[in-house]
Amino acid sequence: MSIHIRGISKKFGSFQALDNVSLEVPHGTLLALLGPSGSGKTTLLRIIAGLEAPDAGRIEEDGADVTDRHARHREVGFVFQHYALFRHMSVFENVAFGLRVRKTPDAEVRARVDELLHLVRLDGLGNRKPAQLSGGQRQRVALARALAIRPKILLLDEPFGALDAKVRVELRQWLRRLHDEIGMTSIFVTHDQEEAFELADEVVVMNQGKIEQRGTPDEVFEQPATPFVMDFLGNVNVFHGRVENGRAFWHGVPIAYPDYPHAQARPARVYLRPHELDIARLAATGSPADQNPNHSAGEEPSLLAEVLRVSRSGPLTRITCQPRDSSGELHVDLPTATARDHSFQPGETVAITPRNVRVFLPDPEYVI
Amino acid sequence: MANTLPTKPVRSPLDALLVTGAVATIGLLIVVPLASVFAEAFSQGPQAWWEAIAHDPDTRHAIWLSLTVAPVAVAFNTIFGIAAAWLVARFRFPGRSLLVALFDVPFSVSPVVAGLALVLIFGRQGLLGPTLAWLTLKVIFAWPGLVLATTFVTLPLVVRELIPVMEAIGPEEELAAVSLGANGWQVFWRVTLPNIRWALLHGIVLANARAMGEFGAVYVVSGHIAGATDTMPLRVEKLFQEYRTPASMTVASVLAALALVTLVAKVVIERRLEAESRDLAAVRNVAAEADPSPSSAGIP
Repeated sequence: MSIHIRGISKKFGSFQALDNVSLEVPHGTLLALLGPSGSGKTTLLRIIAGLEAPDAGRIEEDGADVTDRHARHREVGFVFQHYALFRHMSVFENVAFGLRVRKTPDAEVRARVDELLHLVRLDGLGNRKPAQLSGGQRQRVALARALAIRPKILLLDEPFGALDAKVRVELRQWLRRLHDEIGMTSIFVTHDQEEAFELADEVVVMNQGKIEQRGTPDEVFEQPATPFVMDFLGNVNVFHGRVENGRAFWHGVPIAYPDYPHAQARPARVYLRPHELDIARLAATGSPADQNPNHSAGEEPSLLAEVLRVSRSGPLTRITCQPRDSSGELHVDLPTATARDHSFQPGETVAITPRNVRVFLPDPEYVI
Repeated sequence: MANTLPTKPVRSPLDALLVTGAVATIGLLIVVPLASVFAEAFSQGPQAWWEAIAHDPDTRHAIWLSLTVAPVAVAFNTIFGIAAAWLVARFRFPGRSLLVALFDVPFSVSPVVAGLALVLIFGRQGLLGPTLAWLTLKVIFAWPGLVLATTFVTLPLVVRELIPVMEAIGPEEELAAVSLGANGWQVFWRVTLPNIRWALLHGIVLANARAMGEFGAVYVVSGHIAGATDTMPLRVEKLFQEYRTPASMTVASVLAALALVTLVAKVVIERRLEAESRDLAAVRNVAAEADPSPSSAGIP
């Protein structure tokens, strides 16, 4: 079932939780709402479920306006952040709840619940109480309970937030398969970008009640649309530089930036991802003489920096450097095998060349 | 929690003095008076005790009256308590804290004042007097007045018990039930009530004990008519004033026995309440511990 969100706004007291948000979710999509806490992602999810009423805007499902439809008639499966299992009911009765309130015949309830418990791999645990289950098991009960009513839309609020890392990764892959098998439209809320990128077909990054960017995981990761998205995705080197004449300057190193052809220099934020930097040892002999002492004289401009630390974490090795004229730090990530071949040592001078750079101008609307 | 408290052996003379003092206080204020009521009541033997109750029609009527007034008052309080606690725990609205403060008025106002206030409203000369006379309804000096007075003094007990429990449980389970298609009654009977049942029972037991023992407010509205509006506590006092101490102590012993039953029920229920809150904590804590802070996704 496709979902069409049109101009949804919601205030809690003076806090603007959602500010004129519009979003179209095609049928069968697995979509992630990614953002920091307070960005409005959970509020949006609850409005789609009908658990919260918007101040303005409409929600449509397959073209039908459902804004004023009561949550209990929405037929939306909702998995709560802390699962909200019915504590006094057995696992079986938890899953059966949606069928029982619809006065489904007992035999049918039994068959459907057994089928779902099998689907979420909890066969034989029907008589347990939620308190007797592990976090991952509870999560799967919550999922089975939401699926029991055969929803066209599945909404999940931080579905893996409460689980330890190993269970989390396992459940993620399992949920992805489940989504594909059942063929519903699913939206989940997360503040974990790794989760969003791994699981979702599309990622919507939210901040302060607005959508910052929407796209496939690759699009969002490769082309962050705003400084916020860049910052939020994290693991990035940020520098204050300037732009002029189609070039951005980073510690005096010019980088092609055709988006700004104007002669007037403007301050800009320069973002460099650690894995998109090349690093090379300077030849021991003949240090290049250049009018700018900060960068070498090769065809490709590069920054001279001193290696501070080399730290290995699994398949990647991070080299922390300090640009010559600055107290700031710069991270470079290399595959561990490559780093081992070079065996950079703290104290030596290296040349760093960006393969890719993103520049954001403050207040772009003032660009002449 | 209790098993994590340190235990300390009695060593110094000061320790011994403090322990003796504590035991003596409890003994003198609680155990000895309670025991003496039973001793006095049964001083002529169980036969005399039974006769003092069964052969005095006014006493019989007082017991019967207490056993009918209290449950009706408690039933009112149960319905009011659930509705009010649900309103306060699940919604934010202007005047909410004022409303919560008003729930406590019956505790802070002297029961005698409460009784007088009821007379001023429902009495023959009172605000609603003419209306009630026209309807030929008698409230003051009659059964409805007793129920009103008892309901008033026990009003906070159920609602006060439910608000913190409902707030601790939170609305999530109810919302989950709604999203699964349950209507209001189904949510209440299948989710809310089972979750609050022990707190509710606790409130009911406390309200019932208070209702059975209420004296001041009931004294004012009852008119103290033997065989008509005397409840058990009023009967105890009247017999005592008439120098019929053994008979008075007999009725008092029935009240005291009810109190002991209440006490046992209270202990049993409180154990269940503790177990439930541990359950809740277990289900929530796993979640809370592993929940990484959103800031972990920041810039290095």
